[in-house]
Amino acid sequence: MKKLESSLKNMLLVLTGVTAISVALLAYVNELTKGPIEQANAKTLSDAVSAVVPGFDNDPIAEKKMQKVNDVEYAVYPATKDGKFIGAAVEASSMGFGGELKVLVGFDSEGNIIDYSLLSHAETPGLGSKAADWFKEGNKGSIKGQNPGNAPLTVSKDGGQIDAITASTITSRAFLNAVNAAYSAYAGQNTSDAVTGATKKVVEPAEEAASEAVDSISNK
Amino acid sequence: MNNFKVMMNGIVKENPTFVLLLGMCPTLGTTSSAINGMGMGLATMFVLICSNVVISAIKNLIPDMVRIPSFIVVIASFVTLLQMIMQAYVPALYATLGLFIPLIVVNCIVLGRAEAFAAKNTPVASFFDGLGMGLGFTLALTLLGAMREFLGTGKVFNLTLLPEEYGMLVFVLAPGAFIALGYLIALINSLKKN
Repeated sequence: MKKLESSLKNMLLVLTGVTAISVALLAYVNELTKGPIEQANAKTLSDAVSAVVPGFDNDPIAEKKMQKVNDVEYAVYPATKDGKFIGAAVEASSMGFGGELKVLVGFDSEGNIIDYSLLSHAETPGLGSKAADWFKEGNKGSIKGQNPGNAPLTVSKDGGQIDAITASTITSRAFLNAVNAAYSAYAGQNTSDAVTGATKKVVEPAEEAASEAVDSISNK
Repeated sequence: MNNFKVMMNGIVKENPTFVLLLGMCPTLGTTSSAINGMGMGLATMFVLICSNVVISAIKNLIPDMVRIPSFIVVIASFVTLLQMIMQAYVPALYATLGLFIPLIVVNCIVLGRAEAFAAKNTPVASFFDGLGMGLGFTLALTLLGAMREFLGTGKVFNLTLLPEEYGMLVFVLAPGAFIALGYLIALINSLKKN
């Protein structure tokens, strides 16, 4: 077959044709993968929820509520067993070193941290990305069993009780800010039935880290 | 030229990373571990093979003056396709490679092979060229990823070979990517000379 000539008509027809076929193909595959993508996302979330607040017999994801604290909305997944409230998983995010850091924190009915799961992050691999395990049980920076209601969690460098990830102070601060924010949403959720809700402990978000960010960049 | 030769050409003689030095952005960006490098390599290989075959099949239907936009549309379609499929069936890998998948569209190797090979050869030969180039790219990225992961954290494919304290963190970070790639290219050049 001879190659088509580069006339205006041919060019128009070919380009339109190529794009039309691509669009049709992509639309078809989009329909095809829509379900599996939603399932995959839902599974990631439900796995994370069962990991951070174990032992529930309800469907926390179906009972999801949005809790507003300081004009930011947080997703709260309440967990109940035999109709009794046993805790909740709260999704919160903050700005880390490389971008948004999204974390799911599980609290028991007293507000103690059961466990957490890092949903997504853009931290430096090998440094900040250690946040996925660093704050878990058995490690130096464990936040398990801590109650941010007594005092907001801060890294030991800022006078707090949690050891920061080595060479990743900014990530650690961002992570703890997200945990504290999750707690404030959790606390707000508990008091939202009461008339005032004024007693809820609101935790200062990320600003405080900014002033010290300059000196810790050199640590990074 | 037989198909086997075409394939080996991509893996050894014209290895996209070590010899042609094409597609440096994903090479440096995704190779912080061996598994990430391999995932990126395989994703690129998929796009390369598909776009090579399709482009060589339709090459006579495309007027010369609009060939580049047509090629880009074909490549972009396959990348989007891959992105949706990965998101649906391998969400974990998609989460790590996320940003770099759409960037395959502008990877020089893909358009480069479309223009330099697929537009002049039969679909079968183009398939082998895509396979060879893709394997070469995958091999290079896996090698670089393994080297960086080992030097940086003492692990390869998440298997601990050395305690983590011995790792030199710089190799996991961006500057280490340049250093490691430089040494790898130097090593391969000296091996080729002998």
